[in-house]
Amino acid sequence: MSVPEGKATDLLSSYDPGLYYDELFGGRDRPAEHAALIRQRLAGLNFGELLRRSQDAERELYNLGITFLVYSNKDAVDRILPFDIIPRVISAKEWAHLEAGINQRVAALNLFLHDIYHDQKILKDGVIPADLVLGNNCFRPQMVGLDVPFDTYIHIMGVDLVRDREGTFRVLEDNGRVPSGVSYVVENRHMMQRVFPDLMQDIGIRPVDNYGHKLLDAMMEIAPQDVGDPQVVLLSPGSYNSAYFEHIFLAREMGVPLVEGRDLVVENDRVYMKTTNGLARVDSIYRRIDDAFLDPKAFNPDSMLGVPGILEAYRKGNVALANAIGTGVADDKAIYCYVPRMIKYYLDQDAIIPNVDTRICREADSLQYTLDNLDKLVVKPVGEAGGYGITIGPRASKEELADCRAKLLADPANYISQPVVDLSVCPTVTEDGIDPRHVDLRPFAITGKNTWVLPGGLTRVALKKGTLIVNSSQGGGSKDTWVLQDGILQDGVQEGGAS
Amino acid sequence: MNLLARYAECIFWMARYMERAENLARILDVHETFARDTRGMTNWFSIVQLNADEKDFFSRHDRPTAEAVVRYYMFDSQHANSLVSMLRMARENARVLRPWISTEMWTQINVFHNKLVEMSGKDVPIPNLSKVCTWIKEECQTHTGITEGTFYRDQGWYFYQLGKYIERADQTTRLLDIKYHTLLPSPVEVGSTLDMSQWTTVLRSAAGYHAFRRVYPRGMTPTTVAGFMMYNEGFPRSVVMCVRQIDGLLTRLKSRYTLRGGSEAMEKVDELLGALLARPIEEVIRGGLHEYLDWVQGQLNGVTNEIGLAFFGREPVATAQVQSQ
Repeated sequence: MSVPEGKATDLLSSYDPGLYYDELFGGRDRPAEHAALIRQRLAGLNFGELLRRSQDAERELYNLGITFLVYSNKDAVDRILPFDIIPRVISAKEWAHLEAGINQRVAALNLFLHDIYHDQKILKDGVIPADLVLGNNCFRPQMVGLDVPFDTYIHIMGVDLVRDREGTFRVLEDNGRVPSGVSYVVENRHMMQRVFPDLMQDIGIRPVDNYGHKLLDAMMEIAPQDVGDPQVVLLSPGSYNSAYFEHIFLAREMGVPLVEGRDLVVENDRVYMKTTNGLARVDSIYRRIDDAFLDPKAFNPDSMLGVPGILEAYRKGNVALANAIGTGVADDKAIYCYVPRMIKYYLDQDAIIPNVDTRICREADSLQYTLDNLDKLVVKPVGEAGGYGITIGPRASKEELADCRAKLLADPANYISQPVVDLSVCPTVTEDGIDPRHVDLRPFAITGKNTWVLPGGLTRVALKKGTLIVNSSQGGGSKDTWVLQDGILQDGVQEGGAS
Repeated sequence: MNLLARYAECIFWMARYMERAENLARILDVHETFARDTRGMTNWFSIVQLNADEKDFFSRHDRPTAEAVVRYYMFDSQHANSLVSMLRMARENARVLRPWISTEMWTQINVFHNKLVEMSGKDVPIPNLSKVCTWIKEECQTHTGITEGTFYRDQGWYFYQLGKYIERADQTTRLLDIKYHTLLPSPVEVGSTLDMSQWTTVLRSAAGYHAFRRVYPRGMTPTTVAGFMMYNEGFPRSVVMCVRQIDGLLTRLKSRYTLRGGSEAMEKVDELLGALLARPIEEVIRGGLHEYLDWVQGQLNGVTNEIGLAFFGREPVATAQVQSQ
């Protein structure tokens, strides 16, 4: 421990974010005035106290079972997502910008999905190559010509954002299938309220705990119109799924049953759940199961998780599903590159939140640029998920670069390239004191009739020094994300430090 | 509000496993403390018999030494009737039920289970056994208290109570059955010092010693102890007391929630209660206590099966609801 216990030392005096944009300090020419009071309070704490609170928080997460299952050998072990008690703070102005950008993106992606499952104008107009969409394994022919309530396909959307060295937020990835992580947004806030109430005092943080309520509203809105009081359920793969805690959390917050495939049955194209009093009608399903496992009759016949016949019930309009079937084609890596053009095409607007500068290698000049700058770029195959087949230029060996070059030339359409993004950092508690660690941000949006963006988001933090990988499977943790209310403490108002 | 059939079944079994764990902790504790014979020896094998685990036990142990039996019943995760396995099953059910039960119920079971697993890596010396058992018993009682104070009173509450009382009645019959057998080697020994201290143990295992003393201040015979444990209307672990609860719970569950099923289960309970109230203990013992207790256990299983058919959509099997690994 670098700071003696019991002695208040300026905890942030030797803090140095280096060249990166800092979420609590801002950039070199854009100081984060909105976080001044929070910095001041943090600086006045002693490190022993900070560590103690940090350990309290992690123990409580474990006891509350706010955990995910990790499978090692044959055992399933409960792990918490490590929690860092220094918050990430977003000003009201920054948030207004993000909110508008997310609204715009959700609108464009929903318009795109409606289009490709109906007239396919965007393909006919040559804005997006037709084979990228129609040949995509997430494109569901069963959805062609089907109308969904309010033309909403992506009811729950998570947008992965990163912040570059200049402090510009950029979209790294869209998650329009079954995005997860929102339970941590709410639980992290609860945890902060327990362990760090003095840091939050009078800051004016926008609440996040009405997410379940908003989600239920949307689920009711999209239910079949002939049903008076729709029965909503959450469909989970079960208690052995690594995200089971989140399923529990959302079912509880919505006050609806958490069901598994085996609890549901389809009769005469209507969905029922098995209760103590026989079968009861189900009208609206928030499903946390991928398309492929949803209906063994229609998709993967080996699925034990799904409900035979549910697709037909859905097609007949007897049950609502969120998200709709076939949204995977919109958040695909290949399609991602075209989202700015999509926004222009459908909304006649420029993207409010830009993408990470991405080159589509099927386009000749982009391929040439990529080949010329291979050692500086990240090259990603479009069809793969989970980081497979990625070449990170600055870290690749000569052989790896040569291999990548050969693959690019052989099948350019399968690749995109991006610069290495210098993720922003945020002060984080480490064993040695408070150090900068890289973070990203995943805000969530709910869309029924209209879109609502949760004021906050999941801030993931790469706890290992120097690493940019924030994934929980690779040493990532999370932080509470504070979106500040408008007009409060936005100008660096000074007052006493933490008591 | 509808209750998922699967949830009802998980609630039922969560309650049963917690009740079972409490009973086993009581038996182990009392056994160590009071069940010594005049030479200071303790017959640990009777616990193996009580749970009908002879075959499984001897497949892994040569002799029923104190250490072997204690380890087998406390921490052997391969053994379904060990405390650690019961807690795992209770926790697995609670885990499934997290959307339904209170956060406090889940947290307590989760922490309790995790501590027990942590402990299972270490040895529990026999002199410390009582302390550990007391802790387990108190954790189970904490569970009961938290449940009473926080579990929302809807259908789920009825299934919880049903599970608890069916298990409790079953445990009492088992305790009585095995003790009655092992403690009555020959009519000659009846009334000896040894015999009565063993009967005291039986009562203490079920937390009934002082109550029994109050009801029968002037003497203790195997017949009065058996009668007390079977029929006493004030003793919370007596079979009649439990079956009366089951009867009332089923009636209220069915009428309050206008459930279609459950008539067969109610008939079975009525039959059981009628039979229990029909014969005094002396007559039962003359006719064979073991056979009688067997029949009671069979009826309780029958009630469980009927509840399963009526409300869970199938016949429940203790280990089928959640996987054991």
